Amino acid sequence: MHRIHILIAMDGHTIAQGARSVKDALERELKMAALADEVRVVETGSLGIYNKGVVMVVFPDAVYYAGVKVEDVSEIISEHLIKGRKVDRLQYTDIPETETTGVPAPRFGKQVRVVLKNAGVIDPDNIDEYIAHDGYEAFGKALTEMNPDAVRSTVKESGLQGRGGAFFPTGLKWDFAAKETAEQKYIVCNADEGEPGTFKDRLILEGDPHAVIEGMALAGFAVGATKGYVYIRGEYRMSIDRMQRAIDQAKENGLLGDNLFGTDFSFDLEIREGAGAYICGEETALIESIEGKRGEPRDKPPFPPSEGLWGKPTIVNNVETLANIPQIILKGAEWYKSLGTEKSPGTKVFTMVGNINNPGLIEVPMGITLREIIYDIGQGIPNGKGFKLAQMGGTTGGILTSEHLDLPLAAENLREIGSGLGSGALLVVDEDQEIVDLVTNFVEFFNHESCGKCTLCREGTGRLLERLEKLSSGEGEIKDIDMIEELAVVMMKGAFCGLGQAAPVPILGTLKHFRPEFEKLVKQPEAVA
Amino acid sequence: MQDLTKVDVIVNNYADTKTPLIYILKDVQKEYGSLSEPVLTQVAKATNLPLSDIYGVATFYSLFNTEDKGKYIVRCCNNAPCHVKGSKDVLEKIKEYLGLEMNETTTDKLFTLEFTSCLGLCAVAPVMMINDEVYGNLTPEKAVAILKDYKMKGQANA
Repeated sequence: MHRIHILIAMDGHTIAQGARSVKDALERELKMAALADEVRVVETGSLGIYNKGVVMVVFPDAVYYAGVKVEDVSEIISEHLIKGRKVDRLQYTDIPETETTGVPAPRFGKQVRVVLKNAGVIDPDNIDEYIAHDGYEAFGKALTEMNPDAVRSTVKESGLQGRGGAFFPTGLKWDFAAKETAEQKYIVCNADEGEPGTFKDRLILEGDPHAVIEGMALAGFAVGATKGYVYIRGEYRMSIDRMQRAIDQAKENGLLGDNLFGTDFSFDLEIREGAGAYICGEETALIESIEGKRGEPRDKPPFPPSEGLWGKPTIVNNVETLANIPQIILKGAEWYKSLGTEKSPGTKVFTMVGNINNPGLIEVPMGITLREIIYDIGQGIPNGKGFKLAQMGGTTGGILTSEHLDLPLAAENLREIGSGLGSGALLVVDEDQEIVDLVTNFVEFFNHESCGKCTLCREGTGRLLERLEKLSSGEGEIKDIDMIEELAVVMMKGAFCGLGQAAPVPILGTLKHFRPEFEKLVKQPEAVA
Repeated sequence: MQDLTKVDVIVNNYADTKTPLIYILKDVQKEYGSLSEPVLTQVAKATNLPLSDIYGVATFYSLFNTEDKGKYIVRCCNNAPCHVKGSKDVLEKIKEYLGLEMNETTTDKLFTLEFTSCLGLCAVAPVMMINDEVYGNLTPEKAVAILKDYKMKGQANA
């Protein structure tokens, strides 16, 4: 029995700040201090503290330490673990209690954790910990007490919408596939999270992989699919490794495989790795990639629920969507609808990035305002700078300005102003940022990521870039700005897939709100002597 | 003449996997360093797929390369969240220190400089990745200090 547990956050962000070497030092020095039997070091997902170095929490005292370096380890051991005296200089105290888990956690004031309830609480590499937190209970309940129709109805009634960015009703999508009579159907988890500024799926996969597995198994039961694929982008090495261990453990524990819970339902799961292509986040491109081909989007219709992977009915759901499912089944549609707004129930995971004091990932009920996120949870903009704009939903996202600070963030409100919640990435930009420089960065991205299939996107992004560079070089004319606008509108209407259609969104958005900044770069006629 | 027998072994490893081409190419690249023409030709023979299809896949995805790269691949992020946090200055300094433009390799074959797609580490932007290691909160000075360590390590092992 261990007297003390130390949870150390081991996610991409903390690893980039040296978490591995701190953990190694901790284990080494605990052994040297003969404490290895008394103190257990557990790797967990993100603890919700970002950009503060290596973060850990010591239980049972629930003391958080941030900015821990290798050379601090011996002090933590000799002072806190042996003498029981907290190391004040490393302690992180911005920690109200959270309602959902009862575990003290940072910055949870306005947060409600559904999808992330286990992240930073459990050891994601240990299935027993997930099970101890009601894990696989929903799956058991569905298989033994419900039928597939009831599972689908519950999801439909909950109002859950796809969290990949399109906010399509999940239950409705499931109905399409359930109606199909094909012998083989597939569930695909879209974990090709490539939208710049977005890392919610990464932290779900790294913090609570079993929630995604359980969500997929439930989806399989609901639509009659027996095989699932988790498509994870190749850059997310740690997510792939954690997910693989979770799948292996689920198989060993009889939670994936044949005749689950003694019923005739079988479900098996496999990971497919991406190889670096933004476009593969588009569901039909993703399917092409699983089929071992270039990830170019397909014609729609037919849509994947009727004809998807290897021509079979296929449900493609985002990681966050799937991680919601177990709790909806367990706690019911009414509970889920009690969160968020009437038209957008539930919570949403946002990532706050850019010019913000407290960047990171938060889970909040739909309907929170931009002001609350930026100035309350995000603690404002560094160096007292003014707010210029926020881009909501990644690089294809709409542009929000100070007039939108008090707009409740829900899918329906953003649609009304020609934007969307998208992937939930919120890029905050301060007053120092030049608009044309920023837009050029966006367009460089689209130009690189355009798959080349359709002319409007392939050539359009290139021509946009030329005009923007012309403006930046001081050689631009007013007609170049008009051309940028015209081309953006044509791409939006005519491009083959979501990438080319959405690429113009931030261009038109910045033109609408910051046109004078484009115009001030236009070449001035030379003064006539 | 390159020994290409390992290609057949790799292809065989995936006999039970449906449409495994991307996995095969990943393993083959790990084994041979790059997906050169002879290597891809052998993949085509072993999988019975048209070489043109395989070449199409090998050049579509950014994690595949058809030419050899340096020992350390420095991948810098320049997506918007890193951009607003100053990634441009970091990149300029890295280019200057390594003497490289994008997608070039140093003559000693130690470093290749590339862009990376978003690594999802935007809370510690700007970031870069060297092989599998990630580094955050970069400044131009910090980036050069990191590269100096790699240079020493690389030259010591040479």
